Parts: sequence; structure tokens; C-alpha cells
Amino acid sequence: MSDTLLQIDNLGVDYETARGDLKALRDITFDVNRGEIVGIVGESGCGKSTLISSILRLTAPNTRFRQGEIRFKGQDLLPLSERRMRALRGEDISIVFQDPMQTHNPVLTIGQQMLDIQHRSKASKAEKRARAAKMLGAVGIPDPEARLDQFPHEFSGGMRQRIAIAMALMSEPDLLIADEPTTALDATLEVQIIERLQELQQQFDCAILFISHHLGVIAELCDRVVVMYAGAVIESGDVREIFHNPKHPYTRRLIDCDPGHIKTRARVLPTIPGEVPDLANLPEGCIFRDRCDQALPCCAHQVPPLTQLQEGHRAACWLNHEEVSA
Amino acid sequence: MTLLDVKNLHTSYGKVDVLAGVSFEVEPGETYALVGESGSGKTTVIRAIAGLAPAQQGSVKFDGREIRGASERELRPLRKDIAMMFQDPVGSLSPRLTIRSLITEPYRIQGMRQRDLDAEAKRLLEMVNLPAHFADRYPYQLSGGQARRVGVARALALEPKLILADEPTAGLDVSVQGELLNLMNDLRERLGLAMVIITHNLNVVRHVADRMGIMYLGRLVEEGDTETIFADPRHPYTHCLLSANPEPDPDARLERIALKGEPPSLLKRPQGCEFRERCPFAKPICTTVPPWEVENGHGLRCLSPMKAGQAA
Amino acid sequence: MSKSRSELSLILTGVARDPLGLMGLIIVGTIIFCALFAAWITPHDPIGMNIKDRLQGPSLTYLLGTDQLGRDTFSRVIMGGQVALKVALPAVFGAMIIGLTLGMIAGYGPKWLDNLLMLFFDTIRSFPTVMFALAVVALVGPSLQTVVFVVMATSIPTYGRVARTQTLTLRNSEFILAERSMGAGMARILGVHMLPNIIGVLAVLAAMDIPTVIALEAGLSFLGLGVKPPTPSWGALLKDGYALIRQTPWLVVGGGLPIILATLGFTFLGESLRDVVDPKLRKQR
Repeated sequence: MSDTLLQIDNLGVDYETARGDLKALRDITFDVNRGEIVGIVGESGCGKSTLISSILRLTAPNTRFRQGEIRFKGQDLLPLSERRMRALRGEDISIVFQDPMQTHNPVLTIGQQMLDIQHRSKASKAEKRARAAKMLGAVGIPDPEARLDQFPHEFSGGMRQRIAIAMALMSEPDLLIADEPTTALDATLEVQIIERLQELQQQFDCAILFISHHLGVIAELCDRVVVMYAGAVIESGDVREIFHNPKHPYTRRLIDCDPGHIKTRARVLPTIPGEVPDLANLPEGCIFRDRCDQALPCCAHQVPPLTQLQEGHRAACWLNHEEVSA
Repeated sequence: MTLLDVKNLHTSYGKVDVLAGVSFEVEPGETYALVGESGSGKTTVIRAIAGLAPAQQGSVKFDGREIRGASERELRPLRKDIAMMFQDPVGSLSPRLTIRSLITEPYRIQGMRQRDLDAEAKRLLEMVNLPAHFADRYPYQLSGGQARRVGVARALALEPKLILADEPTAGLDVSVQGELLNLMNDLRERLGLAMVIITHNLNVVRHVADRMGIMYLGRLVEEGDTETIFADPRHPYTHCLLSANPEPDPDARLERIALKGEPPSLLKRPQGCEFRERCPFAKPICTTVPPWEVENGHGLRCLSPMKAGQAA
Repeated sequence: MSKSRSELSLILTGVARDPLGLMGLIIVGTIIFCALFAAWITPHDPIGMNIKDRLQGPSLTYLLGTDQLGRDTFSRVIMGGQVALKVALPAVFGAMIIGLTLGMIAGYGPKWLDNLLMLFFDTIRSFPTVMFALAVVALVGPSLQTVVFVVMATSIPTYGRVARTQTLTLRNSEFILAERSMGAGMARILGVHMLPNIIGVLAVLAAMDIPTVIALEAGLSFLGLGVKPPTPSWGALLKDGYALIRQTPWLVVGGGLPIILATLGFTFLGESLRDVVDPKLRKQR
């Protein structure tokens, strides 16, 4: 597992707004290895979307990269020319978005759109079409030849999301970014998509960066997990470690909150009271302190560093530092 | 006496039968969940009950009075007793009104202006655990969870007997979802409310609903006590829904039953059992239309049901 | 009351922050100021003739020169601005209010009423404005009121259609359903919940429409169908200047420049207003 594909180092991203700089991402550090599925979990406002758009360099005009690097195959993406970046987005990195109903151009057939994205290939039209049909078959669209001539509106939401995945995999990318690809779908279809992604990942041997707020999906699909809160990575590690041995109070309580593992009717469901801090006006010390029931005196002044606790498990919490918590 | 009695409700838009005969009952103080995939007609059911969607056939009795097809004038006094919550927490709040105006809107509509509306607004915000200064905010200044609380406050303003809630936890983070469900559970007990909750999130159903009905293509296919259904689902579709519920545990070994394909089009309803083509347990007998059968308060529309205990 | 005032000041600050909007605000402000205080600003009587000073170039006495009857062009430009606003404001606001009302009824009411109103809008729109103006003038004679009436009648459908489309999109939104579920009547839904969400779009449309109407009034006056001489109007000035362009170019400048300035000013204002009023655009900034 030493073959690192994507390496994010101390990434800091701000949004310039009228209220001052919004510190959307602070000190983000994690890796994605080749052929690995890494999940990013976090609730609204944790910076998931900023992170993806930063990796793809598809950021809003008021975005400022303050520090850090995003290295893909060892090369820093941030100073890359727009032209090189475009080539990279088409060839090596693909993305599947959240809303399958808005991903496709409504006035072109699926076949036309799947031919268009092969514009860099020198193959003949018939060959490209055959490839498109094969991909549709691979994501489980029945009768793919005939369905190439249909328009997006003739497909259901679940099918459209599978088509989006097929299109993302056309260029056989090394990295597939999936941004909440199942959130807009019913549970039954969600499960179908996850199972399909697992199969395809093995077939195409690409790495997947899977963003979701659904812990169940993350637990089932991912090899490693990165937990984000208010623009920072607060814990990362092997999926079993994260779910069975969480080392940050936020991770622990997030898992507790998921009603999926509370099997009997609960009178009172666990919650995390309080609000996410204002990113334009960050409190001193640990960002989770106000909502944390285990906060120590030092949490108020010093930001806990993301420290390695054991091979492949990092957490940013003073409770893991014996010299402080003792 | 039964509070809400829906019988054989039919709704069609042109040739599309969105509801093809839905019947269920809700007792005072009871929470009833309607579960199903998108397009199964859940939302249409509660909109038809509230007179916001047409219902060509069947009957809706509220407190013993027939309200299907009632005019807006006849419905107005009943609006005090039936409140609704909509899917989009922010989008269901009139964007140019302050929270104070929004949560006291029911009093204004029902002609209760003589009340001290400021005091009512304060009381309602307190009830849903929002600080009083929120009264001066606008919907776009709220987070999803806060907007959802405002929705609850507005629904409870007139102390209704029944709340119809469409995906009340949609779009909320898990940590906030729990808060909302706790709040609703608490208020329901304190005020003796009955609720009909629509959701596709089965994790939510288990913690709030006394009874549940599973809908498929505009019909109920199974109905019963929530605990019984979770423990022992009889309809294969129910079983598929329950197993399509990823658990937050990487070591969970799920005996998942794959659901084949996607819901058929309402324009081309399958012959016989409408679930047959996707059913992993379909038998030759399933080409005949299955009847609705009720046994010990457990309703089922299936000719090849799962045996008791098969699911476990 | 205080709420709507603060919203207005919010919009005004938003417009003033945008350079184009600020320019629009200054131009429009100047025009309105000049029109309001025309009686004090005009150095000469705008219709007072002085044959011995006819067709003069700009000087300290006559800032923009004089016309063939020796009338001060600068004073006539100022007065003309008053006339232009007297036509444009009532015509545009009248059309907006009538169009808004009819459009919302068409969008929210029953299908047959919608069809009927749309037929009405389409019928009006099918008249070419100038032909319609000719017909009305032929019937009742040229006057300020006639111009106002013609312009208003022909712009109603534009506002009506926009208001209808907005109403149709809003009527199925969840907050309107929520109001219906509480038993709100049609008047309340339209007046309290829809109107505030539609009025912004129409206000922008109106701001952009004012220069068109000013140009239309000038055009009608140019054709002799507008306000009666000797009342000064920018169109009439342009017409006089056009006839005398060989003797003095100052009349054309006096008539043309204010039309161009007013058009630019109101258009800038309208565009900037649109960006400020539209929350989707506001968010992106």
C-alpha cells in the first residue's frame, strides 16, 4: 500500500467574503493510494465540497489557496496550467456528482454524450460507440446498444447515476471522485450503486475518493476513512479502526448518533448539541471544544495536532496525549 | 374513535393512477409511517388527505367527518386540527417573512388576531428550543435543522390533532436528525398528537412509528406494528427495503436480498402481482392479482409471502 | 414599515456599491432632481420667445444655444426631462401594477381565466405601438395623457406575462403549499406570499422599460403625435434640430444627449438592481 496516488499536504483554503476570510479548509493532510477506496465523512459545512473542487481546481472565483500542496502522482496540481489541468480532469481524474438529474445535457442522447467525452481518442465512431455500449453494460444498464439512442429524461434517477458512473469510467481514470453519489437516491438504489461501484473498482482498478455523510455506506464501501469537521481533518484511518476504535470524540458521537445501529425503539436518540463554529471567526483552541463533553483545560487554548496514534490511524485530540490528559 | 380513516383512496393524473386504492387508519395519539421508494405515491397520499391533491375515489374521514372533495371553505375550520410539514425545511417557509410572522401565520389565517402574537411566537420558539431572537430572522439565515424546527413550531401553533409530515428528516445531518426526532417524540407525548410520517429512511421509522404501511406503486403491500414488521417482514418487498439499509459497521454481514431492476412505470403496471418482476421469490402463482389479507392486525398483499422467521 | 424601509436601503447600498449601478443612480438622480426643480433651475422661460437671439450657439447666457424662435435650449432640455418623466413614470408604473395584478390572477386562477387573459395580452401585443398611437391620436388628438395611455396599454402584456410565469413557478413551491395547507385564501397567498417574491423582478423590468418609454415618447413627439407644441419635449427638440441641422447642431445635441443619457442611466440602474434583487446572483458575489 505504499503506492501513493493522491497526496494532500497541509492544504489551507480560504474564501474571501465581505465578512472577511472564511477559513474553509485548514491543514488538510491525507493520502489516497492506488486502487484504494477512501471515504470522506462529515456533516454540512465540514468542507467536503471545497475539498473536491480544490482537487479538481474547479473553485469559485473568491477561493484563495493559502498553503499546502495537492500532489497527484507526485506532481503538485496547484501551480499547474489550466490546460494541463483540463487534460488531467479528462484523463486521470473523473467525478460523479450528487444529483443524477442535472448531470446530463438534456438535449443530447446518452450515446452522443458518451461519444463526446471520447473526443481525445483516435478510434472510429463505430468503435467509440461500441465502447460506450460496453460501459453501459458494465454498469448494469440492460440492452445498452438500443439505450444509447435515448435521451436522459427517458432514464430513471438510479439509471442516470449509473450512466454518470459509466461516463466517469470511460477514460479509465486512476482516481474517481464520487461526491455523495447516492444521496439523491432511494435506499434500494443506493445499495445497487454501492455494490456496482465495488465491482467496477476491482474491474478497473482505480482509486475512489467517496464523499458521503451516510456512515452506513462508508462502512460498507471504504477501505480507509477521513473524518472532517468544520474545515479540518479530525481523524483518519482504517475503516475498522474508525468504526470500532474511534479516537476523536466527534467521530465517536457521530457513530453513536446514527440510528442505523440502534436496533430497538429508542425513547431518546443520541445527538450532538451545539453548532458548528463560524468559519469566519474561529474560536481559539480545538474547534470541537464547545460541543465536546470530554474537553480538557488545554483544549481552550491549543489546537490539537493531527498525530499518528498507530500505523495508519491519526486523530486530532488532546485526549490521546497522555502527558496532557493525565 | 378513529381519528383518520382513509378508505380505498384513488388519485389519477390523466391516465396515470398514482394512487390505486390506499386504505389505512390512524388512532388519536398514534404515529403511522408510510414507507416506500420514490414514486410509490406516499406524498400524494398525505396531500390528498389535506385536500392539496385531487382524489377521484374513496373516502377520507377525519374525526368521523368525510373530507374528501370538501371545498376550501368547508375545510378551513378543520385546518386547525390537521397541520402539515413539507420536505424542504427552508423551501417550505415563505422567504420574505420573518420567523415571527411565519410561526404566527396560522393564527392570522384562522382569524385569531386578538391573541398576543408576539407572546405566541415566543412560546412556540421556546417549545422547539430556538432562542427568542430568532423571531426577527429570515428563512435564508437558518440552517436546515433550525428551519425544520420553525416548521415544527408552525405546525404546532394551533394545537392540531394530526400532523402530516413529509420526510421530516430529509436533508438533515444525523446529529440534527436525532434532535428533531426527540423533539417530535416529546411533543407528541405531551400534546397527544397523532402523526402520519412519510419517509424512505427506515432507521427513522423504527424510532418514531407505532405502526407502518409499506407502499408500492400506489398501493399498500404490507401493514402492521412497526416492531412486528421489523422483526418479521412478510412481503418480499418489505424485506428488500429493510435489508437495503447499510449499517455503520464495516463488519456487519448483511444477508442482503438484491432487488432486481427499478420500479416499473405507472403507465405500464405489470400484470398480476405488480412486484413480481423484481421479486426474488416470485412463483408461478404470482401472475394472479394478490388480494389484501389481514391477520392479527397485520395486512399483506402477497401470494408467496416470506415465512415467519425467514428474514432473521 | 421599518422592515420594508431597511430592505430598500439595503438594495440602494447594494446598487451604489456596483460602479455601473452608482453611475446609473447618479444619472437618474440628476434627471429626477432637474425635473422636480425645473422651475428654479431653468435660466429662461422654456417657451418664452426672443426672436432677436434666434439660432445662437452656446454662450454664458444660453448654455446650449437657442432655437429658431430664440428659446433657450438648456431650459427646454430641463423642461423636456420633466415631460419625459411625466410620461414615463405613470405609464410604466400603471402598466406594471395592472400587468402584475392580471398576471398573478392568470397564473394562480383557473385555467379558463388564464386562457382568457393570455388571449387579451396577445391581442394587445399584436397592435404595432406606433399604429395604435396614430389611431388613438386621430381619435382624441395629441396630448400628454394620450401618450401615457398608449404607452401604458401597450406595455401591460409584458408585465402580465412575466408576472404570470413567476406565479406559475411559485404556485407549486412548498411554501405556497404550506400556506394552502393552513387554509390561506387566494388574496392572502397572492398578496402576502407571492407578491414580495415577484415584485423585484418586475421592478427591474420597469427600470429597464423607462428609457424605452422615454424614447417612444420622443419618437411620437418627433412624428408630431406626442405632446403638443410649444410644450418642450426631447423628441420635439430633436425634430426641430433635425430640420435646422445645417444652421446649428446644438439643437440635435440638446435633444439627443438627454435621451442617450437617460437611457444609459436607467439601464445601468436596472441591470444593477437585477443583480442585487436576485438572491441567486447575490450569493455568488
